Amino acid sequence: MKNHVLRPLWVAILLVIVILVARKLYVPDDFGVNGRNFTYGYHRKGSIDDWKSVKVKYQGRDYCKECHEDKFKENKASKHRIIQCENCHGPAENHPDNPEKLELNLSRELCLRCHTKLGYPGTHRSELPGIDPDKHNPGSACVECHNPHKPDLEG
Amino acid sequence: MKKNIFSRRNFLKKGISAALTTALPLSAFKMLSPHEAKAAIEESNLRWAFLVDTNKCVGCGLCVKACKLENEIPYEVPVTRTWVERYVVTKDGKSHIDSPDGAREGFIKTEIQDENIDPKEISKAFFVPKLCNHCQNPACVQVCPVGATYQTSDGVVLVDRTWCFGCGYCIMACPYGARFFHPVHHTAEKCTFCYHRISKGMKPACVEACSFGARQLGNIKDPEDPVAKIILTQRVGVLKDEYGTKAHVFYLGLDERVR
Repeated sequence: MKNHVLRPLWVAILLVIVILVARKLYVPDDFGVNGRNFTYGYHRKGSIDDWKSVKVKYQGRDYCKECHEDKFKENKASKHRIIQCENCHGPAENHPDNPEKLELNLSRELCLRCHTKLGYPGTHRSELPGIDPDKHNPGSACVECHNPHKPDLEG
Repeated sequence: MKKNIFSRRNFLKKGISAALTTALPLSAFKMLSPHEAKAAIEESNLRWAFLVDTNKCVGCGLCVKACKLENEIPYEVPVTRTWVERYVVTKDGKSHIDSPDGAREGFIKTEIQDENIDPKEISKAFFVPKLCNHCQNPACVQVCPVGATYQTSDGVVLVDRTWCFGCGYCIMACPYGARFFHPVHHTAEKCTFCYHRISKGMKPACVEACSFGARQLGNIKDPEDPVAKIILTQRVGVLKDEYGTKAHVFYLGLDERVR
Protein backbone atom coordinates (compact mmCIF):
# COMPACT_ATOMS: atom_id res chain seq x y z
CA MET A 1 0.00 0.00 0.00
CA LYS A 2 1.12 3.53 -0.61
CA ASN A 3 2.74 5.56 2.14
CA HIS A 4 0.18 8.35 2.15
CA VAL A 5 -2.53 5.80 2.85
CA LEU A 6 -0.61 3.93 5.51
CA ARG A 7 0.48 6.93 7.58
CA PRO A 8 -2.98 8.20 8.57
CA LEU A 9 -4.02 4.58 9.11
CA TRP A 10 -1.23 4.17 11.69
CA VAL A 11 -2.35 7.40 13.36
CA ALA A 12 -5.92 6.10 13.51
CA ILE A 13 -4.83 2.75 14.93
CA LEU A 14 -2.63 4.49 17.51
CA LEU A 15 -5.54 6.70 18.51
CA VAL A 16 -7.79 3.68 19.01
CA ILE A 17 -5.11 2.00 21.14
CA VAL A 18 -4.62 5.14 23.24
CA ILE A 19 -8.39 5.39 23.83
CA LEU A 20 -8.64 1.70 24.76
CA VAL A 21 -5.71 1.95 27.19
CA ALA A 22 -7.11 5.14 28.75
CA ARG A 23 -10.51 3.48 29.10
CA LYS A 24 -8.96 0.44 30.76
CA LEU A 25 -7.13 2.67 33.25
CA TYR A 26 -10.04 5.02 33.94
CA VAL A 27 -13.02 2.64 34.18
CA PRO A 28 -13.10 0.73 37.49
CA ASP A 29 -12.75 -3.05 37.29
CA ASP A 30 -16.14 -3.67 38.87
CA PHE A 31 -17.93 -1.71 36.16
CA GLY A 32 -20.24 -3.92 34.13
CA VAL A 33 -23.66 -5.51 33.95
CA ASN A 34 -24.46 -6.26 37.59
CA GLY A 35 -28.22 -6.22 37.79
CA ARG A 36 -31.10 -7.35 35.62
CA ASN A 37 -29.60 -6.54 32.23
CA PHE A 38 -27.54 -3.97 30.36
CA THR A 39 -30.35 -1.41 30.23
CA TYR A 40 -30.99 -1.30 33.97
CA GLY A 41 -27.94 -2.89 35.55
CA TYR A 42 -24.88 -1.39 33.82
CA HIS A 43 -22.97 0.32 36.61
CA ARG A 44 -20.08 0.28 39.04
CA LYS A 45 -20.80 -2.48 41.53
CA GLY A 46 -19.06 -0.69 44.39
CA SER A 47 -21.65 2.05 44.21
CA ILE A 48 -24.14 -0.20 46.01
CA ASP A 49 -21.73 -0.48 48.97
CA ASP A 50 -21.19 3.30 48.87
CA TRP A 51 -24.91 3.77 49.45
CA LYS A 52 -25.08 1.07 52.12
CA SER A 53 -22.31 2.79 54.08
CA VAL A 54 -24.10 6.14 54.36
CA LYS A 55 -24.27 7.17 58.02
CA VAL A 56 -27.57 6.62 59.84
CA LYS A 57 -28.69 9.78 61.65
CA TYR A 58 -32.21 9.07 62.86
CA GLN A 59 -31.80 6.25 65.38
CA GLY A 60 -35.41 5.73 66.45
CA ARG A 61 -37.10 5.94 69.84
CA ASP A 62 -35.66 2.69 71.17
CA TYR A 63 -32.20 4.25 70.97
CA CYS A 64 -33.40 7.20 73.11
CA LYS A 65 -35.11 4.85 75.57
CA GLU A 66 -31.80 3.25 76.58
CA CYS A 67 -30.83 6.33 78.63
CA HIS A 68 -33.97 8.47 78.84
CA GLU A 69 -36.46 5.87 79.97
CA ASP A 70 -38.29 8.30 82.29
CA LYS A 71 -38.98 10.73 79.45
CA PHE A 72 -39.83 7.86 77.14
CA LYS A 73 -42.41 6.50 79.61
CA GLU A 74 -43.83 9.95 80.24
CA ASN A 75 -44.43 10.48 76.54
CA LYS A 76 -45.63 6.93 76.07
CA ALA A 77 -48.56 7.65 78.40
CA SER A 78 -49.64 10.71 76.44
CA LYS A 79 -51.44 11.31 73.16
CA HIS A 80 -48.07 12.24 71.67
CA ARG A 81 -46.88 8.64 72.03
CA ILE A 82 -47.09 8.22 68.25
CA ILE A 83 -44.47 10.92 67.67
CA GLN A 84 -40.83 9.90 67.42
CA CYS A 85 -38.51 11.66 69.90
CA GLU A 86 -36.25 12.81 67.06
CA ASN A 87 -39.04 14.66 65.28
CA CYS A 88 -38.75 17.41 67.91
CA HIS A 89 -35.34 16.74 69.46
CA GLY A 90 -33.50 16.33 66.15
CA PRO A 91 -31.56 13.33 64.80
CA ALA A 92 -29.57 11.55 67.51
CA GLU A 93 -26.68 10.51 65.22
CA ASN A 94 -23.97 9.39 67.71
CA HIS A 95 -25.39 11.19 70.73
CA PRO A 96 -24.15 11.37 73.51
CA ASP A 97 -20.66 11.32 71.93
CA ASN A 98 -21.40 13.41 68.88
CA PRO A 99 -23.39 15.60 69.18
CA GLU A 100 -23.10 15.89 72.97
CA LYS A 101 -26.35 17.83 73.18
CA LEU A 102 -29.29 17.72 70.81
CA GLU A 103 -30.91 20.94 69.68
CA LEU A 104 -34.50 20.86 70.86
CA ASN A 105 -36.98 22.61 68.61
CA LEU A 106 -39.43 24.54 70.81
CA SER A 107 -40.78 26.76 68.07
CA ARG A 108 -44.46 27.48 67.57
CA GLU A 109 -44.08 26.39 63.95
CA LEU A 110 -43.20 22.85 64.98
CA CYS A 111 -46.49 22.40 66.86
CA LEU A 112 -48.44 24.15 64.10
CA ARG A 113 -47.41 21.46 61.62
CA CYS A 114 -50.23 19.37 63.08
CA HIS A 115 -52.24 21.86 65.14
CA THR A 116 -53.08 24.67 62.73
CA LYS A 117 -56.79 24.36 62.12
CA LEU A 118 -57.17 23.86 58.39
CA GLY A 119 -60.68 22.47 58.50
CA TYR A 120 -60.46 19.90 55.76
CA PRO A 121 -63.42 17.57 56.33
CA GLY A 122 -62.68 13.92 55.75
CA THR A 123 -58.96 14.22 56.45
CA HIS A 124 -57.26 12.94 59.56
CA ARG A 125 -55.96 16.49 60.04
CA SER A 126 -59.44 17.76 60.89
CA GLU A 127 -59.62 15.22 63.75
CA LEU A 128 -56.55 16.67 65.49
CA PRO A 129 -57.01 19.52 67.98
CA GLY A 130 -56.44 22.66 65.93
CA ILE A 131 -56.06 26.39 66.55
CA ASP A 132 -55.97 29.55 64.47
CA PRO A 133 -52.34 30.68 64.96
CA ASP A 134 -53.28 34.34 64.43
CA LYS A 135 -55.84 34.30 67.26
CA HIS A 136 -54.56 31.70 69.76
CA ASN A 137 -51.93 33.58 71.86
CA PRO A 138 -49.96 34.83 68.87
CA GLY A 139 -46.27 35.38 69.53
CA SER A 140 -45.94 33.15 72.58
CA ALA A 141 -44.37 29.72 72.49
CA CYS A 142 -46.76 26.78 72.86
CA VAL A 143 -44.53 25.21 75.54
CA GLU A 144 -45.26 28.14 77.90
CA CYS A 145 -48.61 26.49 78.64
CA HIS A 146 -48.51 23.01 77.06
CA ASN A 147 -46.10 20.24 77.95
CA PRO A 148 -45.31 18.34 74.73
CA HIS A 149 -44.85 15.11 76.71
CA LYS A 150 -48.21 15.59 78.48
CA PRO A 151 -50.36 17.60 76.08
CA ASP A 152 -53.53 16.66 77.93
CA LEU A 153 -52.54 18.26 81.25
CA GLU A 154 -52.84 21.93 80.53
CA GLY A 155 -52.29 24.70 83.00
CA MET B 1 -3.79 -49.14 4.43
CA LYS B 2 -3.17 -46.68 7.22
CA LYS B 3 -6.19 -44.64 8.20
CA ASN B 4 -5.94 -40.96 7.22
CA ILE B 5 -5.99 -38.97 10.45
CA PHE B 6 -6.85 -35.80 8.55
CA SER B 7 -10.23 -37.08 7.49
CA ARG B 8 -13.12 -34.62 7.15
CA ARG B 9 -14.92 -36.30 10.09
CA ASN B 10 -11.91 -35.88 12.36
CA PHE B 11 -11.38 -32.29 11.27
CA LEU B 12 -15.00 -31.33 12.05
CA LYS B 13 -14.99 -33.14 15.42
CA LYS B 14 -11.78 -31.48 16.60
CA GLY B 15 -12.82 -28.15 15.17
CA ILE B 16 -16.14 -28.08 17.03
CA SER B 17 -14.64 -29.16 20.35
CA ALA B 18 -11.90 -26.53 20.01
CA ALA B 19 -14.49 -23.83 19.30
CA LEU B 20 -16.56 -24.91 22.30
CA THR B 21 -13.62 -24.90 24.73
CA THR B 22 -12.51 -21.44 23.66
CA ALA B 23 -16.03 -20.05 23.75
CA LEU B 24 -16.81 -21.36 27.22
CA PRO B 25 -15.50 -18.82 29.73
CA LEU B 26 -13.68 -20.00 32.79
CA SER B 27 -16.17 -18.13 34.97
CA ALA B 28 -18.82 -20.68 34.03
CA PHE B 29 -17.00 -23.16 36.23
CA LYS B 30 -16.88 -20.80 39.21
CA MET B 31 -17.92 -22.58 42.36
CA LEU B 32 -20.16 -20.66 44.71
CA SER B 33 -19.70 -21.15 48.40
CA PRO B 34 -22.95 -22.08 50.21
CA HIS B 35 -22.96 -18.57 51.70
CA GLU B 36 -22.70 -16.95 48.25
CA ALA B 37 -25.38 -19.18 46.78
CA LYS B 38 -27.71 -18.39 49.68
CA ALA B 39 -27.11 -14.66 49.26
CA ALA B 40 -27.86 -14.88 45.53
CA ILE B 41 -31.16 -16.64 46.17
CA GLU B 42 -32.16 -14.30 48.98
CA GLU B 43 -31.54 -11.25 46.82
CA SER B 44 -33.99 -12.44 44.23
CA ASN B 45 -36.63 -12.88 46.92
CA LEU B 46 -36.53 -9.21 47.78
CA ARG B 47 -38.29 -6.38 45.97
CA TRP B 48 -38.90 -3.20 47.94
CA ALA B 49 -42.25 -1.48 47.49
CA PHE B 50 -43.65 1.61 49.17
CA LEU B 51 -47.19 2.12 50.40
CA VAL B 52 -48.71 5.56 50.96
CA ASP B 53 -52.05 5.81 52.72
CA THR B 54 -53.28 9.28 51.74
CA ASN B 55 -56.23 8.92 54.14
CA LYS B 56 -53.83 9.01 57.08
CA CYS B 57 -51.62 11.92 56.02
CA VAL B 58 -52.16 15.15 57.98
CA GLY B 59 -49.62 17.24 56.10
CA CYS B 60 -47.20 17.80 59.01
CA GLY B 61 -44.21 17.46 56.68
CA LEU B 62 -42.06 15.77 59.33
CA CYS B 63 -41.22 13.09 56.75
CA VAL B 64 -39.72 15.75 54.48
CA LYS B 65 -37.70 17.23 57.34
CA ALA B 66 -36.42 13.80 58.42
CA CYS B 67 -35.51 12.89 54.83
CA LYS B 68 -33.56 16.09 54.27
CA LEU B 69 -31.57 15.75 57.50
CA GLU B 70 -30.98 12.01 57.16
CA ASN B 71 -29.79 12.25 53.58
CA GLU B 72 -27.90 15.57 53.85
CA ILE B 73 -29.94 17.55 51.38
CA PRO B 74 -29.19 21.20 52.33
CA TYR B 75 -32.22 22.22 54.37
CA GLU B 76 -32.73 25.78 53.13
CA VAL B 77 -32.43 24.88 49.44
CA PRO B 78 -35.89 24.19 47.96
CA VAL B 79 -35.02 20.73 46.63
CA THR B 80 -36.05 17.50 48.31
CA ARG B 81 -36.18 13.75 47.72
CA THR B 82 -39.70 13.50 49.05
CA TRP B 83 -42.43 16.09 49.29
CA VAL B 84 -46.08 16.43 50.27
CA GLU B 85 -48.73 18.03 48.07
CA ARG B 86 -51.96 19.59 49.29
CA TYR B 87 -55.08 19.33 47.15
CA VAL B 88 -58.11 21.45 47.96
CA VAL B 89 -61.06 20.95 45.64
CA THR B 90 -63.70 23.67 45.76
CA LYS B 91 -67.36 23.26 44.94
CA ASP B 92 -66.86 24.94 41.55
CA GLY B 93 -64.74 21.92 40.60
CA LYS B 94 -61.39 23.75 40.73
CA SER B 95 -58.32 22.12 42.24
CA HIS B 96 -56.03 24.25 44.38
CA ILE B 97 -52.66 22.55 44.72
CA ASP B 98 -49.53 23.61 46.61
CA SER B 99 -46.41 22.23 48.22
CA PRO B 100 -44.46 25.11 49.80
CA ASP B 101 -40.76 24.14 49.71
CA GLY B 102 -41.89 20.52 49.38
CA ALA B 103 -43.76 20.95 52.70
CA ARG B 104 -40.55 20.72 54.72
CA GLU B 105 -42.30 22.95 57.30
CA GLY B 106 -45.66 21.27 56.81
CA PHE B 107 -48.88 23.11 56.04
CA ILE B 108 -49.38 25.71 58.77
CA LYS B 109 -51.45 28.22 56.78
CA THR B 110 -54.90 27.94 55.25
CA GLU B 111 -53.90 30.13 52.28
CA ILE B 112 -52.93 28.24 49.14
CA GLN B 113 -50.41 30.20 47.06
CA ASP B 114 -51.61 33.45 48.72
CA GLU B 115 -55.18 32.60 47.84
CA ASN B 116 -57.78 32.55 50.60
CA ILE B 117 -60.31 29.80 50.21
CA ASP B 118 -63.64 30.00 52.02
CA PRO B 119 -63.93 26.82 54.14
CA LYS B 120 -67.59 26.58 53.14
CA GLU B 121 -66.57 26.32 49.47
CA ILE B 122 -64.33 23.26 50.02
CA SER B 123 -65.84 20.03 48.76
CA LYS B 124 -62.80 17.90 49.57
CA ALA B 125 -59.18 18.26 50.59
CA PHE B 126 -56.31 15.85 51.13
CA PHE B 127 -52.54 15.50 51.29
CA VAL B 128 -50.43 13.35 48.98
CA PRO B 129 -46.87 12.41 49.95
CA LYS B 130 -44.66 11.81 46.93
CA LEU B 131 -41.24 10.30 46.35
CA CYS B 132 -39.32 8.32 43.74
CA ASN B 133 -41.49 5.46 42.50
CA HIS B 134 -38.55 3.06 42.09
CA CYS B 135 -40.13 1.88 38.83
CA GLN B 136 -39.63 -1.62 37.49
CA ASN B 137 -38.91 0.04 34.11
CA PRO B 138 -37.21 3.28 35.18
CA ALA B 139 -37.01 5.79 32.31
CA CYS B 140 -34.28 7.70 34.16
CA VAL B 141 -31.98 4.67 34.08
CA GLN B 142 -32.62 3.98 30.39
CA VAL B 143 -31.45 7.45 29.37
CA CYS B 144 -28.24 7.62 31.43
CA PRO B 145 -25.42 7.75 28.86
CA VAL B 146 -22.65 6.61 31.23
CA GLY B 147 -24.15 3.98 33.54
CA ALA B 148 -24.21 6.27 36.56
CA THR B 149 -27.74 5.34 37.58
CA TYR B 150 -29.03 1.81 37.87
CA GLN B 151 -31.52 -0.55 39.44
CA THR B 152 -30.34 -2.89 42.18
CA SER B 153 -31.51 -6.49 42.31
CA ASP B 154 -33.97 -5.53 45.07
CA GLY B 155 -35.57 -2.92 42.85
CA VAL B 156 -34.08 0.29 44.24
CA VAL B 157 -32.92 2.90 41.72
CA LEU B 158 -29.63 4.52 42.78
CA VAL B 159 -27.20 7.13 41.45
CA ASP B 160 -23.43 6.63 41.46
CA ARG B 161 -22.18 10.05 42.58
CA THR B 162 -18.61 9.28 41.53
CA TRP B 163 -19.72 8.45 38.00
CA CYS B 164 -22.54 10.93 37.32
CA PHE B 165 -21.31 14.01 35.46
CA GLY B 166 -24.55 15.94 35.69
CA CYS B 167 -25.92 15.91 32.14
CA GLY B 168 -29.45 15.99 33.55
CA TYR B 169 -31.05 13.55 31.08
CA CYS B 170 -32.48 11.48 33.93
CA ILE B 171 -34.00 14.56 35.55
CA MET B 172 -35.80 15.31 32.28
CA ALA B 173 -36.79 11.67 31.73
CA CYS B 174 -38.47 11.05 35.10
CA PRO B 175 -42.22 11.48 34.56
CA TYR B 176 -42.71 12.07 38.30
CA GLY B 177 -40.24 14.92 38.78
CA ALA B 178 -38.55 12.91 41.50
CA ARG B 179 -34.97 13.84 40.51
CA PHE B 180 -33.01 17.04 40.96
CA PHE B 181 -29.42 18.28 41.12
CA HIS B 182 -27.72 17.93 44.47
CA PRO B 183 -26.60 21.47 45.33
CA VAL B 184 -23.36 20.25 46.93
CA HIS B 185 -22.33 17.19 44.91
CA HIS B 186 -23.56 18.62 41.57
CA THR B 187 -24.84 15.21 40.52
CA ALA B 188 -28.32 13.80 39.96
CA GLU B 189 -30.05 13.15 43.28
CA LYS B 190 -33.08 11.08 44.22
CA CYS B 191 -34.77 9.03 46.90
CA THR B 192 -32.91 5.79 47.70
CA PHE B 193 -35.64 4.34 49.97
CA CYS B 194 -32.88 5.13 52.54
CA TYR B 195 -30.83 2.25 51.18
CA HIS B 196 -28.33 2.59 54.05
CA ARG B 197 -31.16 2.05 56.55
CA ILE B 198 -33.23 -0.65 54.84
CA SER B 199 -30.12 -2.75 54.15
CA LYS B 200 -29.52 -2.75 57.95
CA GLY B 201 -33.11 -3.78 58.73
CA MET B 202 -34.20 -0.25 59.69
CA LYS B 203 -37.10 1.71 58.25
CA PRO B 204 -36.56 4.63 55.87
CA ALA B 205 -36.29 7.98 57.71
CA CYS B 206 -39.62 9.26 56.32
CA VAL B 207 -41.44 6.08 57.35
CA GLU B 208 -40.04 6.28 60.86
CA ALA B 209 -40.84 10.00 61.16
CA CYS B 210 -44.48 9.55 60.14
CA SER B 211 -46.59 9.49 63.29
CA PHE B 212 -49.74 8.35 61.53
CA GLY B 213 -48.52 5.35 59.53
CA ALA B 214 -49.20 7.05 56.21
CA ARG B 215 -45.89 5.84 54.81
CA GLN B 216 -44.69 2.23 54.85
CA LEU B 217 -42.09 0.12 53.12
CA GLY B 218 -42.25 -3.62 52.53
CA ASN B 219 -41.01 -6.54 50.49
CA ILE B 220 -43.57 -7.19 47.77
CA LYS B 221 -42.12 -10.66 47.06
CA ASP B 222 -42.85 -11.86 50.59
CA PRO B 223 -46.56 -12.76 50.90
CA GLU B 224 -46.25 -12.68 54.72
CA ASP B 225 -45.00 -9.09 54.74
CA PRO B 226 -47.74 -6.87 56.25
CA VAL B 227 -47.19 -4.13 53.68
CA ALA B 228 -47.12 -6.59 50.77
CA LYS B 229 -50.39 -8.06 52.07
CA ILE B 230 -52.09 -4.66 51.80
CA ILE B 231 -50.70 -4.02 48.32
CA LEU B 232 -51.70 -7.48 47.11
CA THR B 233 -55.16 -7.67 48.68
CA GLN B 234 -56.48 -4.12 48.75
CA ARG B 235 -57.37 -1.54 46.11
CA VAL B 236 -54.19 0.40 45.50
CA GLY B 237 -53.29 2.81 42.72
CA VAL B 238 -50.03 4.03 41.21
CA LEU B 239 -49.16 7.35 39.61
CA LYS B 240 -48.97 7.66 35.81
CA ASP B 241 -49.58 3.98 35.10
CA GLU B 242 -50.05 4.87 31.41
CA TYR B 243 -46.32 5.58 31.11
CA GLY B 244 -45.57 1.87 31.51
CA THR B 245 -42.95 2.54 34.18
CA LYS B 246 -44.48 0.02 36.62
CA ALA B 247 -44.19 2.30 39.62
CA HIS B 248 -43.58 0.61 42.97
CA VAL B 249 -45.02 3.32 45.20
CA PHE B 250 -48.61 2.27 45.80
CA TYR B 251 -51.33 4.61 47.03
CA LEU B 252 -54.42 3.92 49.10
CA GLY B 253 -57.16 6.51 48.60
CA LEU B 254 -55.69 8.00 45.43
CA ASP B 255 -57.84 10.73 43.87
CA GLU B 256 -58.16 11.08 40.10
CA ARG B 257 -56.89 14.65 40.39
CA VAL B 258 -53.50 13.47 41.62
CA ARG B 259 -50.99 13.18 38.76
